[in-house]
Amino acid sequence: MFVTAAYAQSTTPPEGETPHAAPGDVHTETGVASEGAHGSGVFPPFDQSTFASQLVWLAITFGLFYLLMQKVIMPRIAAILGERHDAIASDLDAASRSKADADAAIASYEQELAAARAKGNAIAASAREAAKVKAAADRAAIEAALNDKIVAAESRIADIKASALADVGAIAEETASAIVEQLLGRDVPRTEIASAVKAAAE
Amino acid sequence: MAGDKVDPTHQFMINEIVPIHIGGLNLSFTNASLFMVATLVVAIGFLYFTTTPRSVVPGRMQSVSELSYEFIASMLREGAGSHGMHFFPMVFSLFMFILTANLLGMVPYFFTITSQIIVTFALALFVIGTVLVYGFYKHGFGFLKVFVPSGVPGILLPLVVAIEIISFLSRPISLSVRLFANMLAGHITLKVFAGFVASLGTMGALGIGGAILPLIMTVALTGLEFLVAFLQAYVFAVLTCMYLNDAVHPGGH
Repeated sequence: MFVTAAYAQSTTPPEGETPHAAPGDVHTETGVASEGAHGSGVFPPFDQSTFASQLVWLAITFGLFYLLMQKVIMPRIAAILGERHDAIASDLDAASRSKADADAAIASYEQELAAARAKGNAIAASAREAAKVKAAADRAAIEAALNDKIVAAESRIADIKASALADVGAIAEETASAIVEQLLGRDVPRTEIASAVKAAAE
Repeated sequence: MAGDKVDPTHQFMINEIVPIHIGGLNLSFTNASLFMVATLVVAIGFLYFTTTPRSVVPGRMQSVSELSYEFIASMLREGAGSHGMHFFPMVFSLFMFILTANLLGMVPYFFTITSQIIVTFALALFVIGTVLVYGFYKHGFGFLKVFVPSGVPGILLPLVVAIEIISFLSRPISLSVRLFANMLAGHITLKVFAGFVASLGTMGALGIGGAILPLIMTVALTGLEFLVAFLQAYVFAVLTCMYLNDAVHPGGH
């Protein structure tokens, strides 16, 4: 019902408006009319007597708004966003620098570790080598001493054997002369027995 | 406003506060002017004081200002490309002005300046005027390519050009009437349903029981109107970006 009323009102302004707007001097009158008897007046948003005032004030306020936005507000927000962008960028830079530092530290640590390990290996190898050389020398010395002893022992054995073999000849001659004396009952010359023993020994 | 009679159009009445008459024109400072000034003060004040801490990690209110700034910036960049960023102050001002005006209008007893056809029409003409002036200044008669879409068969061309011209001419009207009609209709509807609550409430126990329904409706409509207040500011800004795209890239259909 309200809408139809408004619609009915909106059709009236052409007749109601033109006489008021044309003189241009009766705006207080239209203002009073629209204030007092709005029921019979035009639908307020279509009341052309208010247009000039609204346009002027809109131009003033929106113009000022636009200027303040352009000169004050937007540079302000842009500066804040720029600062944040810079802060984030510098923080990221610092983070990547720290990461590079950490990587370098890890690399140098591993390098040192590898060097120490190599040095340790070298020390162990040289110690092993030295021990091996010393062992070989000791062994050679002991072997040489043992060989000397073996040689001495062998020469002694050979001496004893030779003297024993020489004694064997004499014993055989004495035994043979004693046997012959017993068998023949007479003495046999010593030279004959010696040659016979020698022949039997060969 | 809520007088003896419940007149849903009374809220759109313009009353003179300081009468000013210059050269036969009534330029009085009215309640509409007052709320234009209020819109200016509230919007600028909000944007100014919420960004005063200038903190790197923004608080809630600073986030609101920054988000609206970045929201409009990305909308304009997507709508009109990087060349369209010349118009960023204009689009951001329009969006914030209309949004603040719409939201101020949601406060009871406050005047809604965007419910005046002359205000929305002036804003729409400002947009279309900017498109025309910048288009012809930047591209000369090449701006007329905006009416000639590429890739249209020769026979259909006169028809398509005629349609394009009509659609271009209807832009200021559709742009202004959309905002005006949404705000006007929303406020009238709210007033009507709220009026039902009041008039049913005077009709005794049964009336009070019956008044619950329009009361629920009023609450729901209030929520809807807050959505519409934002949505219409957004739509106005989006369409402004689209129209500015025509001025920046006339042949880019």
